[in-house]
Amino acid sequence: MSAAASPDRAVVVGSGLAGLRGAEAMRRAGFTGSLTLVGAEAHRPYDRPPLSKHVLTGAVAADATTLPSLVPLEAEWRLGTAATGLDRKNARVHLADGSSLPYDRLLIATGTRARAWPNPHEGRLAGVHTLRSREDAAALRGALAAGQRRVLVIGGGFIGCEMASACAALGIPVTLVEPSATPLARVLGTHLGDVIGAMHAARGVEMRCGTEVEWLEDDGRGRVVRAHLAGGGHVETDLVVVALGAVRNTEWLADSGLGADAGGLDCDADGHALDSEGRADTRIAAAGDVARFPHPLYDGRRVALEHWGHAVAQAEHAGRLLAGRRPDRPYAAVPTFWSTQHGINIKSVGLTEGADGFVIAQGSPKEGRFLAVYGRAGRCIAALSIDCARWLPAYAAQVAARAPFPPIRGATDQPADLAVLPPGFP
Amino acid sequence: MPDPDSQATPDPSPLRVLVDLNRCQAYAQCCYAAPAHFAIEGREALFYDPAPPAGMRAEIERARISCPVQAIRVEVPGQGLL
Repeated sequence: MSAAASPDRAVVVGSGLAGLRGAEAMRRAGFTGSLTLVGAEAHRPYDRPPLSKHVLTGAVAADATTLPSLVPLEAEWRLGTAATGLDRKNARVHLADGSSLPYDRLLIATGTRARAWPNPHEGRLAGVHTLRSREDAAALRGALAAGQRRVLVIGGGFIGCEMASACAALGIPVTLVEPSATPLARVLGTHLGDVIGAMHAARGVEMRCGTEVEWLEDDGRGRVVRAHLAGGGHVETDLVVVALGAVRNTEWLADSGLGADAGGLDCDADGHALDSEGRADTRIAAAGDVARFPHPLYDGRRVALEHWGHAVAQAEHAGRLLAGRRPDRPYAAVPTFWSTQHGINIKSVGLTEGADGFVIAQGSPKEGRFLAVYGRAGRCIAALSIDCARWLPAYAAQVAARAPFPPIRGATDQPADLAVLPPGFP
Repeated sequence: MPDPDSQATPDPSPLRVLVDLNRCQAYAQCCYAAPAHFAIEGREALFYDPAPPAGMRAEIERARISCPVQAIRVEVPGQGLL
């Protein structure tokens, strides 16, 4: 692709972190054509991590997290206008207002939305919330500030755990219901999930693991009052937060011929979108939560990652790609994430999926400060740090290098015995 | 309530601060430089104000420069990245 190609119209669908950083990367890589960013939400790109933490406690206003721009974009913004379809034959993106945008280069970064409570009637009751957008966070903050008798969090993933942590910080009674034996079981395994669960319980969160909410009862006037649990029992509540994970926004691609489904939009190793026959469309790239791509670090397993750092790194990769820079290697950034719960700093690198063992490589869970390394078939695949972040880069390097597992031995402050334990994935 | 995205409010728009918390190692230099806008919670979790007032620019700029891992980005709306 020549940098001087003309006409040259780039469209970015999705105005979150990945959309913004992807557009910036195109400009940085020398793209000088017209640039249009399309966003379903009415706001300039904003940062989401604070929404489930300090926005809930009131320390940060919901509308205060607008992302800094790293380069001048000189872009046209079509905000509050969702993309509704993609016509690749005519190279046009169709929008909810009936208009359409022609493109020569297209970045798809439509991300995810919160998974709704499966019963639509119950999901619409007053007092039943999900948490994804700025408006969601503002509504939840308003409800928490008004004072609640008891908050019920459905789902013990990261959003659910952070929600419970915010309630505890505010002194609001909170119950967390999670079908697995521990919170974060799918990501950390039940062994370390149990450590996290104990941390929540010690700070007053009522943990109800190993059960599910069957249905939500209203007061006859459309407001939730009670949640009924599987196997009997109930929780009296006036605020329910449904934290059942995210759904990828790919419906608008249904007739595009691209390989997209609820699990994401398929991409090749470079980041180009694949059609349903597996052929790359080199005018289109994808980035962020919505992109499902073969990760070189994990034997080419196709993954779609909902991580902040991934949204940035993959968008920068995709932006350069669309600007005509051929990547010298496939996108292979080591996955990373962080969470804070009860003031405890949880950070991770790599992907734990498929781990057949882990070791406590630094510190100890008893002290509430440790670093665990996950291994699979004799290689390091992930590391988890609980209030032990200074150690993480050393182990991140081991993960990136697929170093032998167990890793680094005889290090300062390291337990004498690096016993390999089963992670206990559900 | 004013439109937070609007640049047309009479008060100067707040700064836009973003910290890459993957990168942050809790060295806490920002907390010394701008204590009203950066704080360590617990042992090592950084809390920061993503929208400090424009009048805090000098302190926020010191925080950005002093970060040993250069994890802080600051935009002055209308003027670009610091």
